Amino acid sequence: MSALEFDFMQRALVAALLVGLTAPAVGVFLVQRRLALMGDGIGHVALTGVALGFLLSTAPVLTAVVTAIAGAVVIELVRQHGRTGGDVALALLFYGGIAGGVLLIGLAPGGSNANLLSYLFGSLTAVSPADVVVISALSGALLLTLAVVGRQLFAVCHDEEYARVAGLPVRTLNLLLAVSAAVTVTVAMRVVGLLLVSALMVVPVATAQQLVRGFRATVVVSLVAGVLAATSGVLGSYYVDAAPGALIVVLALCGFAVATLAGTLVRRLRGTSTATASETVSLLPREAHR
Amino acid sequence: MTDPVIDLRGGSVHYDGRPALEAVDLQVVAGEVVAVLGANGSGKSTLVRALLGLVPLSAGQLSLFGTPAAHFHDWPRIGWVPQRTAASTGVPATVGEVVATGRLAVRGLRPARAADRVAVARAIDAVGLTARTKDSVGTLSGGQQQRVLIARALTCDPDLLVLDEPTAGVDAESQHALADTLAALVAGGTTVVVVTHELGPMSDLVTRAVTLAAGRVLHDGPPPDLDHLHLHDPHHAHPVHGPHSRTRSSTWGLR
Repeated sequence: MSALEFDFMQRALVAALLVGLTAPAVGVFLVQRRLALMGDGIGHVALTGVALGFLLSTAPVLTAVVTAIAGAVVIELVRQHGRTGGDVALALLFYGGIAGGVLLIGLAPGGSNANLLSYLFGSLTAVSPADVVVISALSGALLLTLAVVGRQLFAVCHDEEYARVAGLPVRTLNLLLAVSAAVTVTVAMRVVGLLLVSALMVVPVATAQQLVRGFRATVVVSLVAGVLAATSGVLGSYYVDAAPGALIVVLALCGFAVATLAGTLVRRLRGTSTATASETVSLLPREAHR
Repeated sequence: MTDPVIDLRGGSVHYDGRPALEAVDLQVVAGEVVAVLGANGSGKSTLVRALLGLVPLSAGQLSLFGTPAAHFHDWPRIGWVPQRTAASTGVPATVGEVVATGRLAVRGLRPARAADRVAVARAIDAVGLTARTKDSVGTLSGGQQQRVLIARALTCDPDLLVLDEPTAGVDAESQHALADTLAALVAGGTTVVVVTHELGPMSDLVTRAVTLAAGRVLHDGPPPDLDHLHLHDPHHAHPVHGPHSRTRSSTWGLR
């Protein structure tokens, strides 16, 4: 009797697959911009949105999406225009989001800590058929958007000033990235949970960095790492009866540790022979004629 | 007569109320190779950043290729080579990936075509880094990283190339490679504005020198005879003949 025979497990796995793809796909740009913790900030804000949903007796996913997008746009605007640094803007959102969430859920009639916990750390049984539809639609839209403007986002995240001189719509692209991060957070919320969603945006990317040296290669490897961690975490949590978010992140971190070890070994083996050899070869033709 | 490539009149820039550039006039016509010189804090970087729209002018008018800057959208005509920073981005990128971003100015949202790939490969070849195309930029030397930034600016065949301190922290070999690349571009008719505090191998190319001090133009004219100045220590410069050359050599020796 396999875990896959249960409808809720099938739904959770589909959700995990999509989250495993979208979270690193958006996260790679955040890491490149050195805003790795942005997903965390947005996750905290989304908590206020979830609580607001309970309070208003509407679907928490809906209020979470709206609140998360609003929070992400505020972070981006503060970063662009404000005198406050990006890190301080994030910190303000961390505190405001958690405090607002706990406050509102206390005010909500049916709100309880158990409810909140499933949103904070994810839950296997939380993914309803309607959630699968919403998650699929949002993930699809996100991945499509990134496929179209991925190069532009790369240019902006790599060198914002250069992108401006190249005539790219830098402000719009930055807002688009912020909104993408917000949508990702809400997509991942049911399976991974709001407090750990950011880990799935960052850890697979950090893992890929240990193994490859280009941006495109980093994207591919981080997607693979993200999907592996998310799906195996969901499956595993069925057997050990743990919060899926926690297991997914622990597995992702194990992957990072293994990749770091493998990367170090490979570099050490290569470092003494191949790297220096290719350096010399590539320099020779240019400098020899002088 | 064709429009000047750059036409700045009375350009001023203020940072938080402090003036960084005051009433600067700068006209550059096609084919010129202008060196912008000055000590640290003289406003030379601010000047080129204002020309590119990276810092707003608090006063003055700017036209690029005859179009007022506010209405200028022909960005592929301008190649920008920023000052190389030691800070790397969070995710490594290959030489090919970084240079390819230069092509976005003409590509917009459409996928890369064969012509784009050719342009990128040619730009990388022009700076002599073809063998390193698939290597991470972070593994290159400072001079090679500078050449990557130049290749990125060349992907759209710009009419105007603007470089900020391209030789700072760059080894002698890369400085020569840079000068070779620039010479080929200048021979092809590219207009060049280069901010620098030492010309080194580029001095043969420069047709005009603009020296800034405290945000104002101190000197604007043909570069002085540099043969001895860049070969010898400026502190042991040859005897100065007459007041005119004294002014020039004294402004030239800025470091």
